[in-house]
Amino acid sequence: MIQKDLVIVGGGPAGLAAAISAWEDGIRNMIVLEREAQPGGILRQCIHNGFGLHRFGEELTGPEYAQRDIAKARELGIPIACDTTVLSVTEDKHVTCVSTTEGLQVIEAKAVILAMGCRERPRGALGTPGTRCAGIYTAGTAQKFVNLEGFMPGKRVVILGSGDIGLIMARRMTLQGAKVLACVELMPFSSGLNRNIVQCLHDYDIPLYLSHTVTGIEGRDRLTGVTVSEVGPDRRPIPGTEMHFDCDTLLLSVGLIPENELSRGAHVELSPVTSGAVVTDQLETSVPGIYACGNVLHVHDLVDFVSEESFKAGHAAAEMIQHGRETSDTIRVVDGEGVRGTVPQIIRKGTKEEIRLMFRPAAVYKNASVVVSCGDKEIARKRAMIFTPGEMAVIPVTPDKLEGVDGEITVKMEVRK
Amino acid sequence: MNDILIIGSGVIGLSTARALSQYKASIRVIDAAYDVSEGCSKANSAIVHAGYDAEPGTLKARLNVRGSQMYPELCRELGVPYRKNGALIIAFSEDDRGTIEKLYQQGITNGVKELRIIEREEILQLEPQTNPEVVCALLVPTSAITSPYEVCYAMADHAAVNGVTFGFGECVESMSYEDGVWHVKTSAGEETARVVINCAGADSAKFHNQMSGKEEAKIVNRRGQYYILDHPDVLPFDHTMFQCPTKMGKGILVAPTVHGNVLLGPTAEDVDDPKDVSTTAEGLAQVVKACKLTWPNVSVRTAVTNFSGMRAHEVRGDFMVGKVCEHGYEAAGMESPGLSAAPAVGEMLEEIIAREEHLEKKECWLPAPERPKPFNEMTDDERVEAIRKDPLYGKIICRCEVVTEAEIRAAIRRPVGAKSVDGVKRRTRAGMGRCQGGFCSPRVVEILAEELHLPMTSICKGGPGSELLVGTIQESMGKEAAGV
Amino acid sequence: MEKVITCINCPMGCRMTVEMENGEVVKVTGNTCKRGETYAHQECTVPMRMVTAVVPVEGSFMPVSVKTRTPIPKAKIAECMKELSKLHLTLPLHEKDVVLANVCGTGVDVIATRTLTK
Repeated sequence: MIQKDLVIVGGGPAGLAAAISAWEDGIRNMIVLEREAQPGGILRQCIHNGFGLHRFGEELTGPEYAQRDIAKARELGIPIACDTTVLSVTEDKHVTCVSTTEGLQVIEAKAVILAMGCRERPRGALGTPGTRCAGIYTAGTAQKFVNLEGFMPGKRVVILGSGDIGLIMARRMTLQGAKVLACVELMPFSSGLNRNIVQCLHDYDIPLYLSHTVTGIEGRDRLTGVTVSEVGPDRRPIPGTEMHFDCDTLLLSVGLIPENELSRGAHVELSPVTSGAVVTDQLETSVPGIYACGNVLHVHDLVDFVSEESFKAGHAAAEMIQHGRETSDTIRVVDGEGVRGTVPQIIRKGTKEEIRLMFRPAAVYKNASVVVSCGDKEIARKRAMIFTPGEMAVIPVTPDKLEGVDGEITVKMEVRK
Repeated sequence: MNDILIIGSGVIGLSTARALSQYKASIRVIDAAYDVSEGCSKANSAIVHAGYDAEPGTLKARLNVRGSQMYPELCRELGVPYRKNGALIIAFSEDDRGTIEKLYQQGITNGVKELRIIEREEILQLEPQTNPEVVCALLVPTSAITSPYEVCYAMADHAAVNGVTFGFGECVESMSYEDGVWHVKTSAGEETARVVINCAGADSAKFHNQMSGKEEAKIVNRRGQYYILDHPDVLPFDHTMFQCPTKMGKGILVAPTVHGNVLLGPTAEDVDDPKDVSTTAEGLAQVVKACKLTWPNVSVRTAVTNFSGMRAHEVRGDFMVGKVCEHGYEAAGMESPGLSAAPAVGEMLEEIIAREEHLEKKECWLPAPERPKPFNEMTDDERVEAIRKDPLYGKIICRCEVVTEAEIRAAIRRPVGAKSVDGVKRRTRAGMGRCQGGFCSPRVVEILAEELHLPMTSICKGGPGSELLVGTIQESMGKEAAGV
Repeated sequence: MEKVITCINCPMGCRMTVEMENGEVVKVTGNTCKRGETYAHQECTVPMRMVTAVVPVEGSFMPVSVKTRTPIPKAKIAECMKELSKLHLTLPLHEKDVVLANVCGTGVDVIATRTLTK
């Protein structure tokens, strides 16, 4: 059995940031385990720009953003094992991994940081009826074919889902020579950035059908067409509203799910709302010494926040390794009205650092405030012109505001009258 | 020219080919599809029925029971999964109790062992997730589950190492017999043989009528839609849970699969087009609604996919197995319990054909090629050893089902190897998990292209026409956007 | 002449009505901040865009990802992609290498955003 102070599962932006901050805090006996041939995670295939505005003050493409951390990690000498897949993480922090060169290894770690990212929701999970032909891809898989391998998955494309990945692929497919016929969105609003609606759909005259969904798929061997119907307030198709599109490709951008199979194996408590771990303000999970950060914890919109969160996880793990775990009383944080998936869900009493509570608004709120309170006592408040489910919201809470707070903390939306 | 030509490479054709490969005869199996096991054999309930359901005295009954007895040894020999999990046919009223009792008697007559009628309390003890309104049930300890397409691939390999050849993309258009030779015209040319065996599934009635010269058989295409749910931490049911059978079939079931998924379905709807294996909103809704009766907590929230299979229901109701004309044989109308009966069908046709055609047994019949243990079932020590022998066991391609590159390449190199993404999927499980190939399919396409020496753009999902990639970005960028 | 556009600067996505005369912006309404007004001016006269793409590279399985160093006029996007499609790139390529200088006469270079070696 190999002994390591710190094992980081995943060498994408989350894993790399956690590794850098842990190393800079003095941790040396550590390893980042990455299943692809190169680190960088999903950023490798996100060749569009828009990354790093908050962190670097400039807009970079995905590969460029990743390269900043990869270069830093290399400069520091952080060990990164690529082409290595983690098979299991146990509650006592034994990490089993395989690679062609090292075979199967079991690593005993003092601390583990989970940074596995997330996966896409496939057609099967939607239960869309129809034929099971070729030509149906999740947007990320199509993106991989185009941006990492140089192949086109199709010529005439319909996109289901107007989240950012779907919008980005609408533009990508068009620029690289395909015809995108429509973007279809179940909800009455798009969860993507306005910038992407304009620059990925409007720029290319691609129609966006809100409150619509794909209700039929045709094509024996390869897709030949889809049926799209309008949906009512109950999100169910309205008979008689069917439209038909002749297409050979359907790209699905219908949800990202934190990839927590390994976490389950370690008996890490997961939140049914975020599908990620329940963590403290130090990003520690219910299993002592196991931390989580990045998309595996909750799906982010901005990689800058992934890095910020993951730096924190690295610091926390380093602190634990060097100075041991401090147990303290905790306060639970719960979602109130209009708020979903607040992270962290647990705050340690007596914490000395600022806590950044992150959550998703449950709906679009204009001219509203997010309020953090304990019973009647208001702890923090932040107003904004708009809160939207497509953009993760952050409300900082300084430690002084938590003095004397004993009971459950609620985070909720308050609309100005 | 071959001695024997078998039309159809589903479980029936393969079982027959395998059985006959013990004899000195050149055998060829042809199929319109791109691979073996592409029809109903890959899309069914995966159950090895005990045999209580078929009417006594029928071929269905006899071959089901015999097949069910042969299965454990068959699967051990072939190295494919088999689990005797038992079944419960549950009843919700005293009327249904009558049906249960009839099935019980029928089972006894057919020779099924260990049958018992049990009451509500015992049912809920065995399967606590069962609808508490259940009244009684038939307990069938000898009912089992298997992996139907894995059975097929292993049978195909076994037949192939014993000399059986395969022809794909050969859709039979007509056949005639002249001077001791069958001339079988296909979409790919002509096959000739001394003996023809019709194992053609949905087309078996058509060929029966051609070969017998009588317009007496008719097949109704009976489609069944299913859901597959992701591996739960705890299976909701260990037994295969049936409801009382109806005229249309055995009814909707809730069952575990040998790989730890949950199977819901099938519906039973008669359709015109035997190739229409699409699923429908109504059909899928019906699956959930009907399963609710057995499993009130049923939810398809964790569904990984839905699919449908087409059964070849012959209107007169029984299997047609045996000699149909001079040097012409058949195993036609093989709907449920076709999978269960398959080894017995092979055995029966072997006996008839060896006798009628005076076949001589080979001195040496090679055993089925060894099926290595899947990586995801290995212990850590076994994994260490596997990677040491073949480093590609250390490269995980499908992370959801934990399938390695070594296994994917082996699946392509098998005697009847995978040639498509679905062929790899069904032989290795790569792509059958939570993400349904979202992660692994680019890599699987790459490996197929490498192994088959084909460009990436030629690699298909199921067969020609289902290529995944339409071209390179070079080709795509060079012209105006398609369709403009 | 009136145009309605959506501002992209923040999630408010203000719908702005822009009055134009002789190709110049005369009035902007519907914005809630100055950034919106600035965006409206630019977007309705010479809309600019960053262009990112993948371009095949001889001898490499992976294509190279590229970007315009700075935004170029939106009207030139199609032409830019056409010029990129005519490139014959070879290894090695490094992040920041110019793959196409002064694309479509815009004065903007297209540079590589990933490094590809043999």
